[in-house]
Amino acid sequence: MPDRPLFLERASFRRRRLGDAARVLPIAATLLILVPAWWIPRSASSAGGAVWLFGLWATLIVAIWALHRALLRAEAATLRAEEAVAEAVRVRAGTATGTPAAAAPAPAAADPEGDPGAV
Amino acid sequence: MALDILMIEDEPNIAEAVRFILSRDGWQLRLLQDGHGAIEEIRAARPRLVILDLMLPHRSGAEILGDLRAEADAALAATPVLMLTARGQTADAADQADAVLGKPFANDDLRAQVRRMLA
Amino acid sequence: MPFETLVAGCLAYVVLMFAVAFAADRAAARGRIRWLDHPLVYTLSLSVYCSAWTFYGAVGYATRSGLEFATIYLGPTIVFAGAWWGLRRLVRVARMHHVTSIADLISARFGKSNPLAALITLIAVIAATPYIALQLQSVRLSFEVFATETPNGAGLNGAAGGTALWVAAGLALFTILFGTRNLAADERHHGVVTAIALEAVVKLLAFLALGAFVVWGLADGPGDILARIDAASRDPAIAEGWILRADRWTALIVVSAAAILTLPRMFQVMVVEAADEERLHVAGWAFPAYLFAMSLFVLPIAVMGRELLPAEANPDLYMLTLPAASGQNLLAFLVFLGGFSAATSMVVVCAIALATMISNHWIVPGWLALRRRPASEETEDLRRFVLNARRLAILAVMAAGWVYHQASGGAAALAAMGLVAFTGMAQVLPAMLGGLLWRGANRRGAYAGFGSGFFLWLLLIFLPSVGIGQAPPLPATVDPLAFSIFISLSANTLAFVGFSIFGFPDPVERVQGLSFVSAVEPIRHSRMLRGEDRAEPLLAMTRRIWGGDAALEFFQQEASAQGKSGFLPDLTPKFLTRLERRLSGSVGAATAHAMIERVGGGVSLTVSDLLQVADEAQRAKEEAQRLESATTELARTATQLREANDKLTALSVQKDAFLGQISHELRTPMTSVRAFSEILKTPDLSDEERARFAGIIHDEAGRLTRLLDDLLDLSVLESGRAQLNVTAANLHDLIGRALTAASATRADRVFTVDRDMPAEHLGVITDTDRLLQVLINVISNARKYCDADRPVLKIRVRRPAAGGAQIDLIDNGSGIDGPRQSLIFEKFARLNDPARAGGAGLGLAICREIMAALGGNITYLPGQGGAAFRIDLPPRPPAIVSRGHQDAAQ
Repeated sequence: MPDRPLFLERASFRRRRLGDAARVLPIAATLLILVPAWWIPRSASSAGGAVWLFGLWATLIVAIWALHRALLRAEAATLRAEEAVAEAVRVRAGTATGTPAAAAPAPAAADPEGDPGAV
Repeated sequence: MALDILMIEDEPNIAEAVRFILSRDGWQLRLLQDGHGAIEEIRAARPRLVILDLMLPHRSGAEILGDLRAEADAALAATPVLMLTARGQTADAADQADAVLGKPFANDDLRAQVRRMLA
Repeated sequence: MPFETLVAGCLAYVVLMFAVAFAADRAAARGRIRWLDHPLVYTLSLSVYCSAWTFYGAVGYATRSGLEFATIYLGPTIVFAGAWWGLRRLVRVARMHHVTSIADLISARFGKSNPLAALITLIAVIAATPYIALQLQSVRLSFEVFATETPNGAGLNGAAGGTALWVAAGLALFTILFGTRNLAADERHHGVVTAIALEAVVKLLAFLALGAFVVWGLADGPGDILARIDAASRDPAIAEGWILRADRWTALIVVSAAAILTLPRMFQVMVVEAADEERLHVAGWAFPAYLFAMSLFVLPIAVMGRELLPAEANPDLYMLTLPAASGQNLLAFLVFLGGFSAATSMVVVCAIALATMISNHWIVPGWLALRRRPASEETEDLRRFVLNARRLAILAVMAAGWVYHQASGGAAALAAMGLVAFTGMAQVLPAMLGGLLWRGANRRGAYAGFGSGFFLWLLLIFLPSVGIGQAPPLPATVDPLAFSIFISLSANTLAFVGFSIFGFPDPVERVQGLSFVSAVEPIRHSRMLRGEDRAEPLLAMTRRIWGGDAALEFFQQEASAQGKSGFLPDLTPKFLTRLERRLSGSVGAATAHAMIERVGGGVSLTVSDLLQVADEAQRAKEEAQRLESATTELARTATQLREANDKLTALSVQKDAFLGQISHELRTPMTSVRAFSEILKTPDLSDEERARFAGIIHDEAGRLTRLLDDLLDLSVLESGRAQLNVTAANLHDLIGRALTAASATRADRVFTVDRDMPAEHLGVITDTDRLLQVLINVISNARKYCDADRPVLKIRVRRPAAGGAQIDLIDNGSGIDGPRQSLIFEKFARLNDPARAGGAGLGLAICREIMAALGGNITYLPGQGGAAFRIDLPPRPPAIVSRGHQDAAQ
């Protein structure tokens, strides 16, 4: 499509970046969980370690929640943008072909009334 | 006494009518109900004339005619055949027959035809 | 708390679970599945991950090893952090292929190979048996805690000893009742899932209640707890165990992350029971939150238990002994119910998953291989066999768990047994990930990977855990468990990758590989199963698995999607693919593939087919949704046009034949009439001869009249001017009258009629004379044409949900072959039929027109093992319409 509207580009761009974030999240989580145990096992084993671990865990849950919400919204936005584009294309096609598109519904509407008369 | 006519016809009433008409003219006549074993019967009885119905169960009249004309014994293969048909126009398959009589027929036409063919 | 009260409460809880499962199954059967399908129910059902091992064992684990217990929850949390691109894809691909288990997934991916699935089933069974034993043990131990608390507890110890057996039997009953109800195309068990979701809530509440009691009741709030944890971590008695070891920490997180994906029970609830991948949007954060809540108070409970309880108390039971020792009987009972829930939900789901695997990959393929006689297959009901196989497998799994429990004596620490199962199933991970992400992965690689991983797991982990053999001696600095995990998984992965690189996948594998890796619908090979005549055997085979109605419905839907009428769709690659995948939802991919291949008599794939398939898949991937729907619409119209055209061509041939036939049918009696009337003119006939010849003329004139009546009847019906005389009647009486009237046809034959009398008593409002005419016609046809030695006519009547009536008339003859099925309702259809039996061939044409006038229809049912007709009656005939026509006629 030569003139793809800008808002569609922006919506899908945002969606792709959020998708990248969804890929990075588990890797980051893995590193944050593993590294302390490798690096400072003694201090990570005490109460301080527990606070760090559970704090990290809670943050991670909130992050997943926020990310999924954002991703769902971005997907919906992309879908809406695509529909808008499709609609625009349809309208343009309708005006180009002229009357048939507009005239088509009229006989259908008249039909129920026309029928009894015919019988 | 030699057999004059072998008739193959599946409709019992028509067969009976033909038998009545022709035996009053003094012909020796034998009846066969369907196409099963028709060619063997012809080979054994060596009739002077075969009257064949076109629409027969199991083996159609046209097929029996084809079998007869393909016999190795030239005299047998040349046995005169009178084809009876209820179809509006005679089928191509009946070409090999010596004569064709459409149903319903006038009794005198049948007698004249048989007399001519056995003369 | 008295032991009797405990038992009574426990029984009440069990009854509640049965009731909930029953209610959910009923609601699902009525189509009310909105709340059953809620993502939160799904999330809660995932909590079968937290078995009794987690519930009781985590505290014991934490007492011995400090924070290390958290690894079991951190692995799944990491996996769920990647739910958006990882799990969603897994669920989508698995649903697309109607995968029934983890073994089925692997087998479907690697060329629908059943031996591979059978091998994975073996690993799963070996790994799960001790694990189920562990659940039984935990229930027994928790009963014993209460038994020894009560004054006369010593006497009740024996009763507690039998609990494992009772629990196993009760769970087997529950699983068989709610886990093997039906053999639907998708393996979902709403009752089980709902009960498990409820148990998950009980588990969580029990844990949180105890945690709150420990932190604020026994200690002085979070600050005090942290200080006590700090002090415990410095206590020389346990400090050595509490220090995290990098190798164990890493290995256990890897193994638990693998386990959430590969454990049969997790695969069952996460993938098989999921309706779609959308629910992972909620589960992605909600399940980690559940795990977080389940582990938050583990360390506090462990620390307080160690401080307050005597040194010889079993840390695995702190959960129960801590509240009991503090006099909190109700709290102890709640915890007991939580632990009971954890154990039972795990065992139920595990048994369902294992039973599916055992029946789909061991019993059914073995049985099909043993019985290759096609003749006997026509009648046997595979559906019942598969369900019974599952029930048997459930009993076997339970029995094995109980025997293991009795034999092991329940000595091992809970955590050790859980880890054995985790590490065993983790061996499936390389093939699973490789299969989903790498198109080059193939079956030889999968065999090599499993083989080596499985062998090392048996040698290093499983056998030492049951006391056979010993782990190899290692330097003191190397942890044996972490070492075994790393060695087995590395060998597994290396063998998998290596053999995949040097192996060459067969075509089926490559098609499946493309479908799994690109997450596109697989398209089946195009070169097999051409022609309509194979559709009927396929339908017959499908009936054996799903039952008649479901199979007919699916075939009819597929046919109408192709724009065809009737029950037999064209065997397009698309249809075959869909059929195979739906079937694999019932019997597994490998068996479904083999069955279709066998019935269809298929040709195996060639490389050019493969290229075509790859092309099609690529195109399907790139094509926009809009374009695609337009194309299918176009294809449907084209098929409709083609069918109409074919029919027109056939009809025009028939029209010519019709004239010839009418001529023949009229001329034949006319010939006799004319000949004999001329004969009657001969003077010298005897009186008997005259009488006989006149009789013949009379008979033949009657024959002419009947033919003309039929033609007239047909033309009246066809023009829609038939007058309906609508009355009410009982179908049972109508069928009886029709049977009597039709018994004159070939009265010499002994004809058995198989009727279902009670079901026949249905009232109908219709033109009963016309309906009777149809019934007589169909029954006479059966009497005339059924060529079985012992002819049997089966008549089945029922009332569809929409009202009206449905009458099936099925004989056991050779039936009507495919191409002629669409012609038998046309006029003079028996044109060139050697067995015309004297009729003109107008009967079924008249039947069709009558049924149309009555607002119903008559159809030929293919694949019933004989000629079969179905008469559909509407609740009432279109009386107003026919009266309108009547008026118009006047």
